Amino acid sequence: MVLSAAGSEPDASVDYTFASRYVCAALPRFKMPENSIPKDAAYQIISDELMLDGNPRLNLASFVTTWMEPECDKLIMAATNKNYVDMDEYPVTTELQNRCVNMIAHLFHAPVGDDETALGVATVGSSEAIMLAGLAFKRKWQNKRKAEGKPYDKPNIVTGANVQVCWEKFARYFEVELKEVKLREGFYIMDPVKAVEMVDENTICVAAILGSTLTGEFEDVKLLNQLLTQKNKETGWDTPIHVDAASGGFIAPFLYPQLEWDFRLPLVKSINVSGHKYGLVYAGVGWVVWRSKEDLPEELIFHINYLGADQPTFTLNFSKGSSQIIAQYYQFLRLGFEGYKNIMKNCMENARVLREGLEKMGRFDIVSKEVGVPLVAFSLKDSSKHTVFQIAENMRKFGWIIPAYTMPHDAEHVAVLRVVIREDFSRSLAERLISDIKKVLGELDAVPSQPITIAHVTPVKNAEGTVLKKSILETQQEITTYWRRLVERKKTNGVC
Amino acid sequence: MVLSLVQRRPTDFTPFISPVFASRYIQDPLPRYVLPAKSASKEAAYQIIHDELLLDSSPRLNLASFVTTWMEPECDKLMIEAINKNYADMDEYPVTTELQNRCVNIIAHLFNAPVNEKEAAVGVGTVGSSEAIMLAGLAFKKKWQNRRKAEGKPYDKPNIVTGANVQVCWEKFARYFEVELKEVKLREGYYVMDPEKAVEMVDENTICVAAILGSTLTGEFEDVKLLNDLLTKKNMITGWDTPIHVDAASGGFIAPFLYPKLEWDFRLPLVKSINVSGHKYGLVYAGIGWVIWRNKEDLPEELIFHINYLGADQPTFTLNFSKGSSQIIAQYYQFLRLGFEGYRKVMKNCMESARILNKGLEDTGRFDIISKEQGVPLVAFSFKDKNKTLAFKLSKNLRRFGWIVPAYTLPADAEHMTVLRVVVREDFGRPLVERFLSHLRIALSELDSVIEVPIPTIRYTIELRPGDHLEDDGALPLPNVAVLKQEVEPTDKSIPLTGGKTKGVC
Repeated sequence: MVLSAAGSEPDASVDYTFASRYVCAALPRFKMPENSIPKDAAYQIISDELMLDGNPRLNLASFVTTWMEPECDKLIMAATNKNYVDMDEYPVTTELQNRCVNMIAHLFHAPVGDDETALGVATVGSSEAIMLAGLAFKRKWQNKRKAEGKPYDKPNIVTGANVQVCWEKFARYFEVELKEVKLREGFYIMDPVKAVEMVDENTICVAAILGSTLTGEFEDVKLLNQLLTQKNKETGWDTPIHVDAASGGFIAPFLYPQLEWDFRLPLVKSINVSGHKYGLVYAGVGWVVWRSKEDLPEELIFHINYLGADQPTFTLNFSKGSSQIIAQYYQFLRLGFEGYKNIMKNCMENARVLREGLEKMGRFDIVSKEVGVPLVAFSLKDSSKHTVFQIAENMRKFGWIIPAYTMPHDAEHVAVLRVVIREDFSRSLAERLISDIKKVLGELDAVPSQPITIAHVTPVKNAEGTVLKKSILETQQEITTYWRRLVERKKTNGVC
Repeated sequence: MVLSLVQRRPTDFTPFISPVFASRYIQDPLPRYVLPAKSASKEAAYQIIHDELLLDSSPRLNLASFVTTWMEPECDKLMIEAINKNYADMDEYPVTTELQNRCVNIIAHLFNAPVNEKEAAVGVGTVGSSEAIMLAGLAFKKKWQNRRKAEGKPYDKPNIVTGANVQVCWEKFARYFEVELKEVKLREGYYVMDPEKAVEMVDENTICVAAILGSTLTGEFEDVKLLNDLLTKKNMITGWDTPIHVDAASGGFIAPFLYPKLEWDFRLPLVKSINVSGHKYGLVYAGIGWVIWRNKEDLPEELIFHINYLGADQPTFTLNFSKGSSQIIAQYYQFLRLGFEGYRKVMKNCMESARILNKGLEDTGRFDIISKEQGVPLVAFSFKDKNKTLAFKLSKNLRRFGWIVPAYTLPADAEHMTVLRVVVREDFGRPLVERFLSHLRIALSELDSVIEVPIPTIRYTIELRPGDHLEDDGALPLPNVAVLKQEVEPTDKSIPLTGGKTKGVC
């Protein structure tokens, strides 16, 4: 074997890892170490370092799958050395991707015939998928404007302020303006009426989210489609819709088949979904599907000569592993429609158990809705003694990772905790979580709170309406806005 | 467990008791277009997919690719343990994030980036060199735009100067990010970018000149030092301050170990960013690349997103967000496990295998070797016989043995050349080289025995006119034949050679 020459001089104590000198040497942080070390030592050292990472199964912040069947793990490991992009060398793997695209397109009611291949591609995640969809819209809009002889240098996209950070990335890197519809207390998703108002001639598309990151709600794509169709008739701009179904795309078809949000609505031209969220695959696969060939400008597609036939590709990444794509097909084959439906039903059931347990404690307001992605977002009824941030910090002691964050504009005074229910979050774990939250609340109550007594302040306004004394809420809002502006200059909306 | 509800009710026992190949799953048509309505047993699902994949080629015999196809079992263990970690969750997995930072520092030091001993370098882990190149290109574009805006000049027509031998991801970058690609054409015998011609093509709209260390086609290293010298002179004259980016996707993990005196990296002042593929000679499986910037000034602040991570600020600049952590951990494993001496020994072994392969090919007397001795360990060769179809036929014959050796035409202006290319990876040791050579000799002899003698055909276009004199026995007169046109049919039906980088090899 090649590596037999790589070992250093023989050292008898090398045979026992923790007796060797390797575990006493400082780990390389800035420079490559001069000498090799035995593979057992390397494995052990790195494995030990990683023990101090969070436990992925207890990471309740993430939608991304953290458990798959051992049979699938076997398939994944067998495919780690296959570079997906070598389509000519691995034709079956490429075909598996095509099959997955077809299945997802059919699931979303794309207008393709029964035996016709749909237009879509596998990506590394919804970020890449959204960038590809956005690029297609931008190019299509530019071509239209060039043909009309109008300026095409200021494209924009209309979304809600609750968008995930990848839309901001797309806007910044591809030089498109992001026009955000602000939220308000009690309404944490994009308002279709306001969104359609913001559409102008430079809008390349309106992006609706199915499964908002913050509260799991589904935006009303049907209403958006209706209002936008009306506006398009008046203006003639033909503005399309993109649905960011990163989380909701694998939930709505199984739990809410009557909900019209996909290609059944004529203005929806492309949809992205994360295979690694409720597609039930490990991190690293997303999908984007277009309605038809007209919605994907030909000049963006690269044609690779593959097995003598033409394989069109449109991705940002080139070389990448094949494991996740094979795993996605495994899930489709293994679970089928009924399997996915049963799993989603279980998730909703466990979410219900968690929600009821939290409501019973009487200390929380539930912010998430019942229809949507299975997650529970909740805020404290009374934030004066301790905040959700303190609860999140204390839950870490038990190993639970629960994110706490404030809502974006204009609801920054609302702070929530969010628990995502994944496939592997069973009822027993839900009950354990509830009891641990009770314990944490008990501990926090026992600690004397900070000596800042907030007296009740009545807002006072004089005859002209100028504010003389602000209410607690207004003061809080002012403070959070000030700090938010300070921080916002450098930071982005944190949660993802 | 959640999944206990997924299995069918106990009334339908047979599929779960009988072995997979006795069950009905093996006879049902495979779902291709629509999600199947019912579930299948996990053993059946595994077996069906595993069997389908048997018909993929063997990755170890894929001599077309630079991408790593073998890692030690200990590393496989680390990878499968990390498979459920989403790298984007930096707050939840701080150690994994720190491993990425360590790798960035190690690579920056390897490339002689001007950072102090304990200072953190500017760089990031990506999914491959495509993403790395897009990020580097974006940084150059934004920097150039800012400068032009400050000067009050137009900034709507940026361009990049490269050789025509660039890999397809540069074309992607150009097309998706609306930058013009100005390519320096190749010529026979010179298959990399000519620094002089490149510098001539630089104008005020050039955001950077991209040099390749380890050309995809022939493995050569471009002369970055000469490019740096010529560009410095031009910059002094024009004042444009055009920088250099080095695409060291393959060469970045070879040059520091085998040719440490070769100046191609941050030792040259105009080089502002370098990308390298961790999954090529970084010796990690597919799915990881690295891009390093010289220092903070070369990465415009407005492109960076700041994530609140453990109370500290973690700046990130990537296109992809959620992705697996396995490859980053594997890269750190390789750095720790092999160290400098390990990498050097692996690269030396690769060069030795390449040398043996080179000699074996020359000994057949049928080939010209196009690749140079200094460069990435690969052997690119073409037939001495100028028949363009031979290379493609040989490639096809070798597939029968399981070897995948790509054949392709070179880009403009050397399209008349067809080459075959064998990449020597870490796991292509001497025994495999010798076996490959013996198979090659058999494939060559088959090629010779099958060369057909061309049968010439001539096509006539004729006109028939009615005969003008009666035959003796009263029969109808024979028509007169007038030959209007005579064409010799081409006998050599060439294989249509598709042009364009996108159809070629990567």
